[in-house]
Amino acid sequence: MNDDKQNLDIAWCPGCGDFSILRILKEALIELEINPKELVICSGIGQAAKTPHYLDCNVFNGLHGRALPPATAIKAVNPKLTVIAISGDGDMYGEGGNHFLNAMRRNPNITNIVNNNMVYALTKGQASPTTQKGVVTAVQNAGVSAEPFNPIATAIAQDASFVARAFCGDIEQSKEILKKAILHKGYSLVDIFQPCVTFNKINTFKWFKENTYYLDETYNPLDKIKAFEKSLENEKYPLGIFYINENKTVFEETDANKDITCINSLDRCKNRAEKLQKIIKSYQFV
Amino acid sequence: MAALKFDNEISIVIAGAAGQGIGSITQIIAETAKQSGFNIFYTKEYMSRIKGGCNSSTIIVSSDKVDAYKESADFVFAIEKENLNHAKNRISDSTILISEYDVQPPLDKFKNTLISGIIIGILDVDLVLLQENLKKTFLNKDNDIIDKNIKAVAKGYEIGKNLIREKNISINIQKDTTTKDEILINGNDATALGCIAGGVDFISSYPMSPSTGILTFLAKQSKEFNIIVEQAEDEIAAINMGLGAWYAGARAMTSTSGGGFALMTEAVSLAGMTEMPMVIYLGQRPGPATGLPTRTEQGDLNLALYSGHGEFPRIIFTPGNLEDCFYLAQKAFDLADKFQVPVFILSDQYLADSCYNTKPFDIENAEITEYIEKTTDNYKRYILTQNGISPRGIPNYGDGFIVVDSDEHDEDGHITENLDLRIQMVEKRMAKLKSIRRESILPDYFGKPDVKILVLGWGSTCNIIKESLNKISNPDIGFLYFKQVYPLNKTVLQYFKNAEKVICVENNFTGQFSNLLKLELNISVDEKILKYNGLPFSVEELTSKINEGLK
Repeated sequence: MNDDKQNLDIAWCPGCGDFSILRILKEALIELEINPKELVICSGIGQAAKTPHYLDCNVFNGLHGRALPPATAIKAVNPKLTVIAISGDGDMYGEGGNHFLNAMRRNPNITNIVNNNMVYALTKGQASPTTQKGVVTAVQNAGVSAEPFNPIATAIAQDASFVARAFCGDIEQSKEILKKAILHKGYSLVDIFQPCVTFNKINTFKWFKENTYYLDETYNPLDKIKAFEKSLENEKYPLGIFYINENKTVFEETDANKDITCINSLDRCKNRAEKLQKIIKSYQFV
Repeated sequence: MAALKFDNEISIVIAGAAGQGIGSITQIIAETAKQSGFNIFYTKEYMSRIKGGCNSSTIIVSSDKVDAYKESADFVFAIEKENLNHAKNRISDSTILISEYDVQPPLDKFKNTLISGIIIGILDVDLVLLQENLKKTFLNKDNDIIDKNIKAVAKGYEIGKNLIREKNISINIQKDTTTKDEILINGNDATALGCIAGGVDFISSYPMSPSTGILTFLAKQSKEFNIIVEQAEDEIAAINMGLGAWYAGARAMTSTSGGGFALMTEAVSLAGMTEMPMVIYLGQRPGPATGLPTRTEQGDLNLALYSGHGEFPRIIFTPGNLEDCFYLAQKAFDLADKFQVPVFILSDQYLADSCYNTKPFDIENAEITEYIEKTTDNYKRYILTQNGISPRGIPNYGDGFIVVDSDEHDEDGHITENLDLRIQMVEKRMAKLKSIRRESILPDYFGKPDVKILVLGWGSTCNIIKESLNKISNPDIGFLYFKQVYPLNKTVLQYFKNAEKVICVENNFTGQFSNLLKLELNISVDEKILKYNGLPFSVEELTSKINEGLK
């Protein structure tokens, strides 16, 4: 991973939490010595989804809500790659909600970063799945009536293999969480709180500081019940690694896939003639 | 003299409820008859349920090659008496109806295999051959069940022989020595084998009739041919996975039908923008919405043609016979990779479920052309080129970064809002259409040159039209079968030079291909023969409709 890319026309508002998340991600990748040639970052649509364009790496910036299906496939086709999927809360939890659930079920060895600012920013301030109840927007002008989506509780309930929450204002802590997520073998979720300086006047930098706390050293992320309890706290939101299940088979190594994914991806379609001939002949029924 | 005489061909219909084993015996009968040297065609029509209702299969046994659906029935076998009603429109005075079987328990529980015995008896085929085939099919059943089935077959055989004698029936069908080397295969399997020949090594789909056969076939061959097979959570995930797979170096496809494909259309547009190859098998069934899930139609040509927002090139193949199912599926992967565009294999329920003996597919040319380039560190995924094709790299193969973006992008693949560059990128993508059009697969022509009457068809109507025109046997009529419907190459115009009347046959209401011909080549169709009740044309029906059209 190179240091700063030159002459970037970054599309984010000054003061956006995305800048911190970009920095956290970049530093984590540098410290883990991940070869950028072996790194693919997938994203959907939204301001967070522009993140991979500001890094030197392979990029699959696809459709809104659809970062996880290509990320899953890319990792399966070439398991040597480090694959990260990054997008915002609207993209991952709203538009892409079904893929979010099923990525956890499949458990590909990828890292899923969700920049969670509790608002739709690029469409100018409507409610997102994580917007808190009662928040008034131009569309939800009587206040949001739907329950906010709880990604952490959902992920633990779904037995996602690594579940964490971070806050972009804490560079060092977030970087450590993200490094562990990337090193974790299996699907890892890092929901990362960020302020939206333009459209979210409630969940500000100060608000996140005041309404979060870190899980301490005595907390055991292998305890699923405890993790679920913690995930439901909303007086103050816990930060850190909520849950880890290391005993899950990754998608690339399931019984169906392991003998295939270990073959070089460009060689899988080779030398088929003889076997194909045999199958075609079997339809002669002689 | 025989009271009933069948020369060269008989048509057998078997009707019964779903779950009564019509499908499995139809296949066993067909295989057995093929092994003994007859030409065979069979197809099925069925309701959208797992048990009950009434379904039927049609088997045509012939001295000559036979590859098209015919309505008339010489024999109708009904598992239960009430099933006869299902075939009422296909019965004539000479049809032999069989719905009561003189068997004692427990053999009365095995009516399907009993019927297979009767049919093999009527055809005078070796009983042992049938019994061997039955054993192979029922390999996993317990011995008692196999034993009873074998007995039921023997009993049926005896009934069949008696029937011929008692009713004084004479069946005179010649055996054809060339059938021995031929393969008896359906459209689904032929297409799936073509995909394997084309190098498919990744399929992600959501099950949907009538396309599911492709997914299950490739799942069965997954280990043998190193194919990653994933049942996606929805069609959106299915095609987005496919695009990710191509991006990483796989040769991916997805299989679906109209309703599922409707969900995929945004990602078709993504394939257009990112210039990602993609192969989409679209098995048509009647819509709109859920429509008739197990029936056939050619109603989704427009859907495939216009799917995805924005403008970008695509290729649409419409195989109409088993050979083309194989070769076009194979070709789809090559062209998708070569031009970096979505390629459609547009089929339908009738073609997918129809089976006849045909020449074994030639895999001499199964060598896969490798288009992926090892990148250098200054690699640009979308470098502007004369023909619009930028060499495609994949991650970690060479020194370049592979950056693809659904936004408009620069040559590196990064987001741009530079409107001059936008023009260049649009023109680059659309430039590929020119080469695609040049390489477009021309239609097959049947008939004398420069005919006055030209019949057009695309996809699954091919063999039915051919057979109907054989029957009509008018030297002034020619038939043009389009196996690629988009884009069209203007050399096609040569066939229309002397045509005074152009008739287009389609399994839909609006004549979608006729309209496309007008748009693409300014060809006007004089008469449209259309059918949209969920069933394929039959040879008899189409023969009379074409004759009417000639008046």
